[in-house]
Amino acid sequence: MMRALLIVLALLVGGSCLAKDAAPLAENEAVEQRLNVIAEELRCLVCQNESLAGSRADLAQDLRREVRKLITEGKTDAEVKEFMVSRYGDFILYRPPVKPTTWLLWGGPFLLLLVAVAALIMYLRQRGRTVAKATTEHLTTEEQKRAAALLAEEDKK
Amino acid sequence: MMKFLLPLAAFLVLVVFLAVGLNRDPREVPSPLVGKAAPAFEVPQLAATDKRFSPAEMKGKVWLLNVWASWCVSCRQEHPLLVELGKSGIVPIVGLNYKDQRADGLRWLKQHGDPYVLSAFDLDGRVGIDYGVYGVPETYVIDKAGVIRYKQIGPVTPEALEKKILPLVKELNT
Repeated sequence: MMRALLIVLALLVGGSCLAKDAAPLAENEAVEQRLNVIAEELRCLVCQNESLAGSRADLAQDLRREVRKLITEGKTDAEVKEFMVSRYGDFILYRPPVKPTTWLLWGGPFLLLLVAVAALIMYLRQRGRTVAKATTEHLTTEEQKRAAALLAEEDKK
Repeated sequence: MMKFLLPLAAFLVLVVFLAVGLNRDPREVPSPLVGKAAPAFEVPQLAATDKRFSPAEMKGKVWLLNVWASWCVSCRQEHPLLVELGKSGIVPIVGLNYKDQRADGLRWLKQHGDPYVLSAFDLDGRVGIDYGVYGVPETYVIDKAGVIRYKQIGPVTPEALEKKILPLVKELNT
């Protein structure tokens, strides 16, 4: 009984949240779709790990409204993004542009990969050399005798 | 020896990166508007409803634009400082009452003091968007030519006022 009540309550609460969010939307299907694609690429500056599409912050709602307006005015996606960047900076883009200050950001992972591959090659070469050394240098008779004795002792146990 | 030193060096580099990263405030996003002309707007004033305000009216003066709202908690933190600054007459402060109700805004000023020459009334936050506002309070230092010279994100602290805002205002006024 209690569980059923809780479920009903959850549904009611969930429903009201949805209704609140959906209110200003859906006048034009095509505009909404483009809005979602663009908003997915933009950061909500209030809650920085959320996209503009996913955020419920007040500012995000305002910015979505703004993007919607720009789209209906016939602006391209690039122009909409430019509008946001000119106000909030590159930080609003989840995919930062490639320019001198972001070269390290974009190239860094590849640079690290290169370093790692170089280190791996160096390590493998050195290891190859030690292995080769070990196989070419034979044991002296003295050492062979000791090894045999040790192995025999091991067998006895 | 190398076996021991190399990981240690790598670890130290990592520590330095993390230490620097952790000590930076992620909320302080550098504004692309610094060094650019303050965006133009024209909105009604908060108190004198029949009058409007546009930044063009402040041409020839160094002034502060302070974005505030009655619902903004950290605005209360910086407000006594602004009231004091307003009284001193060092620099005119224009308020931008951001996404607020007129009655609430006026009541708030009555309660906490009004340091502003006037407050512009940005009901729908449209001016805020043009100024790249994302966390009220925010304060802009605007020079005589109408160029934004500095942006303070979050409340104005005594430190920021002493070390950044006031020296900048002085420099711009000479």
